[in-house]
Amino acid sequence: MSEKPYKKPLPRIDEESRGFWEALQRHELYVQRCRSCSTTRFYPRAVCTECMSSEVEWVRCSGRGTVYSFTVTHQNQAPGFREELPYVLAIVELAEGPRVMTNVVGCSPDAVTVGMAVEVVFEDVTAEVTLAKFRPVG
Amino acid sequence: MSIWGKVAVAGVYEHPTRYAPDKTQYQIHAESARGALEDAGLTLKDVDGLFTSGVGPIGILSLAQHLTLRPCYMDSQAIGGSSFVSHCLHAAAAIDAGLCSVALVTYGSLASSERFAVGTGGGFLGDPPDNFEGPFGPTIVGSYAMVAQRHMHEYGTTSEQLAEIAVTMRRHAGMNPQAKYRDPITVEDVLASRIISSPLHLLDCCIISDGGGALVLTSAARARDLRKPPVVILGGAEAVQHHGIGRRDLLDIAARQSGPLAFQRAGLKHADVDMCMVYDSYTITVLATLEALGFCKPGEGGAFCSAGRIGLGGALPLNTDGGGLSSNHPGMRGIFLVIEATKQLRGEKGAAQVKNAEIALCHGTGGMLGQRHSGVTLLLGRA
Repeated sequence: MSEKPYKKPLPRIDEESRGFWEALQRHELYVQRCRSCSTTRFYPRAVCTECMSSEVEWVRCSGRGTVYSFTVTHQNQAPGFREELPYVLAIVELAEGPRVMTNVVGCSPDAVTVGMAVEVVFEDVTAEVTLAKFRPVG
Repeated sequence: MSIWGKVAVAGVYEHPTRYAPDKTQYQIHAESARGALEDAGLTLKDVDGLFTSGVGPIGILSLAQHLTLRPCYMDSQAIGGSSFVSHCLHAAAAIDAGLCSVALVTYGSLASSERFAVGTGGGFLGDPPDNFEGPFGPTIVGSYAMVAQRHMHEYGTTSEQLAEIAVTMRRHAGMNPQAKYRDPITVEDVLASRIISSPLHLLDCCIISDGGGALVLTSAARARDLRKPPVVILGGAEAVQHHGIGRRDLLDIAARQSGPLAFQRAGLKHADVDMCMVYDSYTITVLATLEALGFCKPGEGGAFCSAGRIGLGGALPLNTDGGGLSSNHPGMRGIFLVIEATKQLRGEKGAAQVKNAEIALCHGTGGMLGQRHSGVTLLLGRA
């Protein structure tokens, strides 16, 4: 955990998403799959929008993915981010299908490209919250 | 029974201010309302429908009090900058259905004098999707930038092509005495401006200004007896696009849904359109919107926007007021799209007039193009 006070927005952990956040605390990345129609979905929610079923199971992800798009952010006035400019905001396509918003870390922002292979890295930002970020593979 | 062609924009007013620390937001609403009603030859007493956005959850009630209005129809649509374009569709339906007879749409904002970081501030609302995005620091400009990055990856679109859009908007602003920035810029200037969120430079981004405006809509029949030539709503549609369950194609934007529906409802083809007013929050917004509306094929937007095609005198003049990139952007620009299109269709634009403009397309985008956003397309024509 960071020693400095954490200033970025924290997710609100609610009844629809608790399992996702609890898994991240264990450094595991999960998406949901509908037990009725097998549709995989992200972000987690209670009702399947394909078939309206409430029967859901959690599928553990490999943590592998590719950068679908990204931007190197040079300006953001929000506390927590303005101290870390520039940073890479990205959408990563997980090997399991869903595209998720994240940060690409562990490399120079200039090294990030669309299509780059990445893997998950878990960042414990508070006692309750761990975020799934991604870094280049290898 | 359709509503198309039966309702008209009868009065418009763009507030001339671009910086108004001496005014309040509600004052700009009121001054704009006065201007649009005067343009139509109507008074506040005639208004029985009130439409606004950007005023807070029950702000429309405060606005009604501030204007001492007791309308029988109210709509404070909140889908971002396109809200005011959406108001025109909703007003058309309400007027045709007899729910109100004179609709007043107003907007006012002090985004510049209050130093509000429209595109690069925090903005974490805590709605379900925000919990999976906000922790990573998306800005509004960053959301659009990811669309630009993906477009470059898939189609080889270049920063030079995007820059050309900003250059054209600035050229138009040079003809608009009220535009905030009027000095010509070059492609090199855009590329030399600092990166805000790659691949978008400062001059790829809309400006921040104060400002506001108002519209008055009524039945086409009544509008014929009013002060100015009526401009009728020929068709329109609204849409939303988002990541759903995490499968979105970033280049599939809301305009791809609203555009074809609007053309179908109006019974018009792209070749019928004489000019466009397209929300230009960023240069990529224009390029992506023109493709999604079907003016060119996916991937051809860069070439389409070059060689003067979208400039005054070109085949499809766009944002003849200078747009949000150079004229004004108080945070939600949709109302100015309808105001400028109406002036063009009336033939009031002087040196910036599109010759023989009979059909105009307005398309508003609201929200974050790379995340959740609205798109509203409106086709307007001379009565």
